[in-house]
Amino acid sequence: MAVIRDKMPAFQLFQPASTEEALGVLDQYGADAWVLAGGLDTWDWLKDRVKKPAAVVDLGGVSELSEIRSLGGGLEIGAMATLRDVIRHPEVSEQFSMLADSASQAASPQIQNQGTIGGNVGQDTRCWYYRDGWSCYRAGGNICYADTPTAMNREHAILGASRCVAVNPSDTAPVLVALDAEMVVRNSTGERVIPAQDFFIGPAVDIMRMTALQPGDILTSIRIPWTFANTRFYFEKARDRAVWDFPLANVASAAKINNGVVEDIRIVANGVAPYPVRFLAAEDAVRGRQVSQAVAMEAGEIAINGVRPLRHNAYKVTLLRNLVKRSVQGAEA
Amino acid sequence: MADYKLIGKNYTTPDILAKVTGRAKYAEDFRAEGMLFTKLLVSPMPHARVRRMDTSAAMAMPGVEAILTADDLPEAEAPQEAGLTNEPLYEGEPILAIAAVDEETAAEAVEAVQIDFEPLPFVLDPMDSLRPGGPNARLDGNTMAGRDLSTIKWNDVDWSEFDRGIMPLGGEVTDEWQVGDVEAGFAEADLILDESVFSASLSHQPLETRTAMAYWQNGKCYMHCSTQSTARTEGGMARWIGIDPTDLVLIGEYCGGGFGSKISSSIQARIPAALSRKAGRPVMMRVTRQEENFFGRARPGIQCRAKFGFKSDGRVVAIDLMLVQDGGPYGRSGDYMSCADQASLMYQPEHMRVRGLTVYTNTPPRGAQRAPGGVQAVAMFAPIMDKAARQLGVDPLDAIHLNAAEGQALFGRPRQGRQGNVSSAFPKEAIDKAREEFDWEGMKARSGQRNGSKVTGVGVAISSYSAGTSGVDGLLVIRPDGMVEIHTGVGNLGTESFSDTSRAAMEALDTPWEQAEVVWGDTSKHLPWSAIQGGSQTTHGHTRSNWAAGLEAKKRLQEIAADRFGGSPDSFDVAEGRVFRRGNRGQAMTFGQAAERAIQLGGVYDGSQLPEDINEMTTRSATALAGRGLVVAAKDNFETGGRNMSFCIGFAEVEVDTETGAVVLKDYKVASDAGTILHPQNFAGQVHGGGIQGFGVALGQKWVMDPQWGLHVAKRFYSNRPPTILDAPHDQEMAWSASDNPDPFNPLGAKGIGEAPVGAGAGAVLNAISDALGGNVDFNRSPIMGDQILTKLNPELDEAHNKLSTHV
Repeated sequence: MAVIRDKMPAFQLFQPASTEEALGVLDQYGADAWVLAGGLDTWDWLKDRVKKPAAVVDLGGVSELSEIRSLGGGLEIGAMATLRDVIRHPEVSEQFSMLADSASQAASPQIQNQGTIGGNVGQDTRCWYYRDGWSCYRAGGNICYADTPTAMNREHAILGASRCVAVNPSDTAPVLVALDAEMVVRNSTGERVIPAQDFFIGPAVDIMRMTALQPGDILTSIRIPWTFANTRFYFEKARDRAVWDFPLANVASAAKINNGVVEDIRIVANGVAPYPVRFLAAEDAVRGRQVSQAVAMEAGEIAINGVRPLRHNAYKVTLLRNLVKRSVQGAEA
Repeated sequence: MADYKLIGKNYTTPDILAKVTGRAKYAEDFRAEGMLFTKLLVSPMPHARVRRMDTSAAMAMPGVEAILTADDLPEAEAPQEAGLTNEPLYEGEPILAIAAVDEETAAEAVEAVQIDFEPLPFVLDPMDSLRPGGPNARLDGNTMAGRDLSTIKWNDVDWSEFDRGIMPLGGEVTDEWQVGDVEAGFAEADLILDESVFSASLSHQPLETRTAMAYWQNGKCYMHCSTQSTARTEGGMARWIGIDPTDLVLIGEYCGGGFGSKISSSIQARIPAALSRKAGRPVMMRVTRQEENFFGRARPGIQCRAKFGFKSDGRVVAIDLMLVQDGGPYGRSGDYMSCADQASLMYQPEHMRVRGLTVYTNTPPRGAQRAPGGVQAVAMFAPIMDKAARQLGVDPLDAIHLNAAEGQALFGRPRQGRQGNVSSAFPKEAIDKAREEFDWEGMKARSGQRNGSKVTGVGVAISSYSAGTSGVDGLLVIRPDGMVEIHTGVGNLGTESFSDTSRAAMEALDTPWEQAEVVWGDTSKHLPWSAIQGGSQTTHGHTRSNWAAGLEAKKRLQEIAADRFGGSPDSFDVAEGRVFRRGNRGQAMTFGQAAERAIQLGGVYDGSQLPEDINEMTTRSATALAGRGLVVAAKDNFETGGRNMSFCIGFAEVEVDTETGAVVLKDYKVASDAGTILHPQNFAGQVHGGGIQGFGVALGQKWVMDPQWGLHVAKRFYSNRPPTILDAPHDQEMAWSASDNPDPFNPLGAKGIGEAPVGAGAGAVLNAISDALGGNVDFNRSPIMGDQILTKLNPELDEAHNKLSTHV
């Protein structure tokens, strides 16, 4: 069979008006169903005919999924809220400005208008071999084309790889992990709440998926507890182009600082591993200490313990070290 | 500047409303009754042979109407391409096309084709093909020597040098020239820089892909395609389709960018034409973004050994170049030779030697891209100029000024022992003006300023490129309703020169623009022989041709008035849409009255009798228009004085974050010498649009290919990383300035401005990055991205690849 790309094949399109209805269709089609949010990840896959679902379930008409509201314990953001909704929402800006900041650095203004927060955290990796349909581990094959002696892997992982060296490209995901958010997932049997840190999985857990979402699941909302509301935030994204580019690496930290002393901190980076990596050892090294350049540098050095750079991405080690350092120093430094 | 009423003034071009409201119809927007859609089967390998093909299942699918393979098209003479092939020479080369009732069906049918490829040896890097025993991209050779395909291997050079990032010398070349005595030049130099440098291949990436739709009616082929030129697409397109140009109706009123890749449209447009003939129904071929990335043309990369000799004041005394061009699989692109010519023009060395060759590779076909060779020259050599200025303690702008061309400067490859000259060169004047306007001293003072880990860098670079042609035709009709129809065969690439140059005719007639109607973009509307809309030819060429037509129309109007009122034609003048007696404006005819009279007079007045020196195409068009009013066709016979060249000098200010390698462009300004400015708004669009394209050359646009498989991995639009508007500085508006020295060999002083701005943007940004890093870092390569900056700044990091490596 010859290969053709960049032309979407036909599929059954469902446009349910409620989550219940959507779950019904997902149940009916099982693994042949595809959940569509903003479409920025989806349409590439479908147009390239690399993934060919029988049914596409468009959540765009499920209005209950796009609400942003305050709960007793925190802020709940519907998975179908667009990145623009998140950026513009006053409570997001007031309490969790880092989330708005990361969303406004994702992709481009046009994509922020169309892309959703659920899609941004649920998106697949951008490994150029995998996305182009090479039959790699992640696609069910038995090789990683990005990890051969001659492979082009400038944008791949330095941490957390397990056979597959692809990275998670989301800009909002590390922020949500840093804010200790929870992901609310529904399927036809009920609802489960997964800590963001566990929602993102690496190839060692499941090489064919980036998140804990299984066929039949819908990510309905993201809950951010007030725990780190209005603490000292740091988000930075390193990329090649000022816009419409995925991170070479990004970093997010939320820190409770009292008289210059770090009472608590969470440091997370993405674009360096198949999932947003939390640097527990670096956090431990910093906690209880006065913020200083030396402490920050120490955290940076700890963060790069155990890195395994590939042929073309050793620079990411330096980049990660410096980003983690800065995330400890804070924006004022 | 002379006192013009239209030239040099902003106005609304006749196409802009349709463009901004979406009413403009591009090739993809047309529909015809019974229209089919075609999809392409393209090569999944960099070099292969089709061993077996079974299309029976595809053809049996309901809705599938026709198939076209390479066997249906005339064979192309090597090294040209045919459009479809059984021996693909690059990934993405079209093998066959299937037409069906809709695209979904056509795509399903392509998928149902059983096809078996025999992989053949491939090569991605020209240097790999030059190595002893290295593979050739083509079975018939790896280079062109003169007009012949041949094979060159560098068996006797020191390849260990190349493996250390040094371009080896001594290998066989196909082109060579010298002026002066380069060794003597180096002997008198106070500083010699001997560098190995590389400039990467990059795709054109116009926003409109090269879509085409064709149908046949009463023996004529109607072709809607994306093209930069109209008149100069007709002949080539007719040849590709295999018909006489008079049997082709070519429609291309709007073009969503081409940058040189659509100068005469694209050979792939023959596919829907041939399929339509076969199917007996119209066929639309919508080219996808991925296909555009494959066959939409690209700028050739160049690997170069560049030796520059300088006097202590910064004067360039000698240049010695060895250039190896990544030629792609087809044709013969001459970028490496124009690269040398532009170096000669920009730096004016007394002694210069050039050696080079183009080597075929199994990578996308190359074509002219906005300042072909010129951009690579600036990207490779501006950093060398900057390094020399730094080492000599000379202000880099002073060094550019010192070396800049003056008057009718000589430059480039000698012909019959003599170098050619430019028609005019005023880069020194442009620099003198910009030095004050742009506050160069202030910019320099910010160089090296630190803000935490961020360091400011300032860079400046000169860029030159061709800016005009001559000898084309003007054609206009003054109608009985008084309107002046200006016909132009220039395309509507987006530069608006089809309209801007038409204003020369109205300037000559001293008549308001509101009385003009520009006719363009459709050969059934009777267009004159025109310049290609490329190489920045039109601004100079068609101000001349339309000025000629305007003067000719004025003369005929004066004759008609003299005939009506008596006296000599000289006693009449033309202005405000009227011809009148000097000193007695009561004795006057409107243009409409004169047009009616022209129809009655016939002969030279209504187009029945035409000048002998105009092109055959113009004669055909003018004859078709005969009798519709005062019909005037005229050839540009104005004096010429050398090759038209424009100059730009880019000034960039960047901030480099030494901890992340991030480069932020803070400001960009550009000075120019491009003669009289026709339309300031468009001029700004050209100098800054070109500058932004140059930022892409400097900062990130490239290909990435897997060397084991020979396949692109960064072929998505986003992973190709062309610059966007948000990559341009936005703290303040980008400034521009013009020396405003008219070219003495254009009646209005005009020269083109399309090309030179790109190199200026690229070179200035490359130099600014280097400046931010204290000038101690040699990248010798473009683009420069964050990973390279971090690698340079952190010696513990190994270089991931040889600095001369391609497609990484």
